[in-house]
Amino acid sequence: MNAPSPYALPVYETKAMRHIISILLENESGALSRVAGLFSARGYNIESLTVAPTEDPSLSRMTIVTTGSDDVIEQITKQLNKLIDVVKLVDLSEAPHIERELMLIKVRAAGKEREEMKRMAEIFRGRILDVTDGTYTIELTGNGEKLDAFIEALDKSAILETVRTGASGIARGERVLRV
Amino acid sequence: MKVSGTEISGDTRELSGAEIVVKCLQEEGVDYVFGYPGGAVLFIYDEIFKQDKVRHVLVRHEQAAAHAADAYSRASQRVGVCLVTSGPGVTNAVTGIATAYMDSVPMVILSGQVPTHAIGQDAFQEVDAVGITRPCVKHNFLVKDVRELATTIKKAFQIAATGRPGPVLIDIPKDVTTAKCAFHYPPAVSMRSYNPVTKGHPGQIKKAVQLLIEAKRPMVYTGGGVILSDAADQVTKLVKSLGYPCTNTLMGLGGFPATDRQFLGMLGMHGTYEANMAMQHCDVLLAVGARFDDRVIGNPTHFGQVARKIIHIDVDPSSISKRVRVDVPIVGHVPDVLDELNKQLEAQTGRVDRKALEAWWAQIELWRGRDCLKYDRASPIIKPQFVVEKLYEVTKGDAFITSDVGQHQMWAAQFYKFDKPRRWINSGGLGTMGVGLPYAMGTQLANPGATVACVTGEASFIMCIQELSTCKQYRLPLKIVLLNNRYMGMVRQWQQFFHGNRYSESYMDALPDFVKLAESFGHVGMRIEKPGDVEGALREAFARKNDLVFLDFLTDQSENVFPMVPGGKGLSEMILSEEL
Repeated sequence: MNAPSPYALPVYETKAMRHIISILLENESGALSRVAGLFSARGYNIESLTVAPTEDPSLSRMTIVTTGSDDVIEQITKQLNKLIDVVKLVDLSEAPHIERELMLIKVRAAGKEREEMKRMAEIFRGRILDVTDGTYTIELTGNGEKLDAFIEALDKSAILETVRTGASGIARGERVLRV
Repeated sequence: MKVSGTEISGDTRELSGAEIVVKCLQEEGVDYVFGYPGGAVLFIYDEIFKQDKVRHVLVRHEQAAAHAADAYSRASQRVGVCLVTSGPGVTNAVTGIATAYMDSVPMVILSGQVPTHAIGQDAFQEVDAVGITRPCVKHNFLVKDVRELATTIKKAFQIAATGRPGPVLIDIPKDVTTAKCAFHYPPAVSMRSYNPVTKGHPGQIKKAVQLLIEAKRPMVYTGGGVILSDAADQVTKLVKSLGYPCTNTLMGLGGFPATDRQFLGMLGMHGTYEANMAMQHCDVLLAVGARFDDRVIGNPTHFGQVARKIIHIDVDPSSISKRVRVDVPIVGHVPDVLDELNKQLEAQTGRVDRKALEAWWAQIELWRGRDCLKYDRASPIIKPQFVVEKLYEVTKGDAFITSDVGQHQMWAAQFYKFDKPRRWINSGGLGTMGVGLPYAMGTQLANPGATVACVTGEASFIMCIQELSTCKQYRLPLKIVLLNNRYMGMVRQWQQFFHGNRYSESYMDALPDFVKLAESFGHVGMRIEKPGDVEGALREAFARKNDLVFLDFLTDQSENVFPMVPGGKGLSEMILSEEL
């Protein structure tokens, strides 16, 4: 049978957009797996997820970057709100916001490339945290695109290792997410 | 559902965790716990032994404990409770928990766990119960400190019963059941992260009233939410005062009286022609406590091709605009929203367009005239539909009916006319074969003295057949109506329609002699082979008030359930019986 699937969503789906969702959740064991489990169980995308306790140790703040049509994002926020451990959430992409990600990148820096690598780090406002005869470990902060651009700018063979935190976000201006 | 216990109960003595568990159940007014003992819960069982307020029902498999607790809740509007041990105890219960979750049934599951110091050591009968059940519970807890036990149990009952209800699991390590602390059971617990909406938005309700009044081809569609929230009276009042047609989902049967002329029957994959056609062609649809799932509206794209305004009342915001786009969403506790809706309708000065409504009813009567549930009444072989019709007559439509999953479930839903809510107990969302007998047990214990019948098929029934032993122990006078066609009927039907009559593994070979089987468990067994004997056998069985009677009806092997909306098709693209 080539009948359309009864599970298919209707045709009114809009284009998939990137969204950044900020969540305050109870700082309890298992809370993270409830959120992660929801995304995998319902087939939602996670581009990145960061989480750490807030100034109030009973709460964690989580930032999830996801992509989806308006309908999917609406379902994601509704389903997240249903989780008992979720206290509050906001879709930061609905209004002006700031997002930052941190990357640590270890690069080969030997011979004549050594000076060039230092210059590149300076251009991107990176900081060299660790130095050996043949390597630099550079810290770089910015939005995801900036970090991508830095990687693009380097010679692939010079990159030894990268680690990224995923995006953290906060609203601009007076808007706050708190209990 | 009430959260009981207004007085604060304290005890100056320090109590063990096990004592606290039983005390909390007493405080909640729990009269039955369905369970099965094992190593990790021995101290809790010891405390159960020492008191007689909370009665324990010993099942023969933990799956049945969860199902029976689930049915106890469905048939009584109270929170069902089950108690299982760690490891296999809780994994066996998972099917029952998932079944309750899919149908939003309030239930609390207490599971034993290995001692806290052994967690993560791959200890004997250790399993990550919280991890395994996470996707099929409303919430779950692992209690590592006895001082948090009472509050956690209160939270569990509160979460299970409020908002969109659901099962909540509490995993209790064995050392927590022996540790001691002072006992205080809080009358209520406030949770900053859990505040379900109750009142509907008045502005939205006003918009709904306007749409309902202006409708030319209105339709009311109600689901399990109406049953769970006890809103059948409000639905009936609304539908009767407007004079509009009404349909119920499989989970919503009994939400509006089935014998009323305004009732079009169940809708969906095996819904009536008139209900499905009216759903497809209405111009204003009022959906109450229902979720437009794939078995109800078929293909959502096909459903969306017809322009209609949809009003959707539901306690769960995520049910709204999930599968179809809704024009007037109203989030709130269904009875409260309907009370407000009824109030605003009464105060309304506008008039329903009677002429348009008459024309709409004339169209519906034409659809009803197709007589889509007709079957061969002259058949020399017992037709399953005939058995359900006779069951309805013999029980005067006033029994509690449980079912398993498959063809017999659909025939029971189509042919037993439920006039009251909480009379039809079945697994709609998960479609769990094997629920029928444990559902009947929970239903009977919740309603002592009531007539309870389980309409089942031989394939489903065998999945939990061990519970016939439990029925004997607790003297449950259930009536088992087995529509025995020697096939997994619904699988066979799909294979006939969509897989070229290749009946792959759907034949039930080597069936037991059910009469002897029932007798071996200490029950009464009957085999019925001719249509002429159906009514007499049913009358005899229901006259035996104190016995479990197992009626094995040998029914037509080739009978199919009609109408049928094939998977992926639109609601109005039904196969009717005469078309084959």
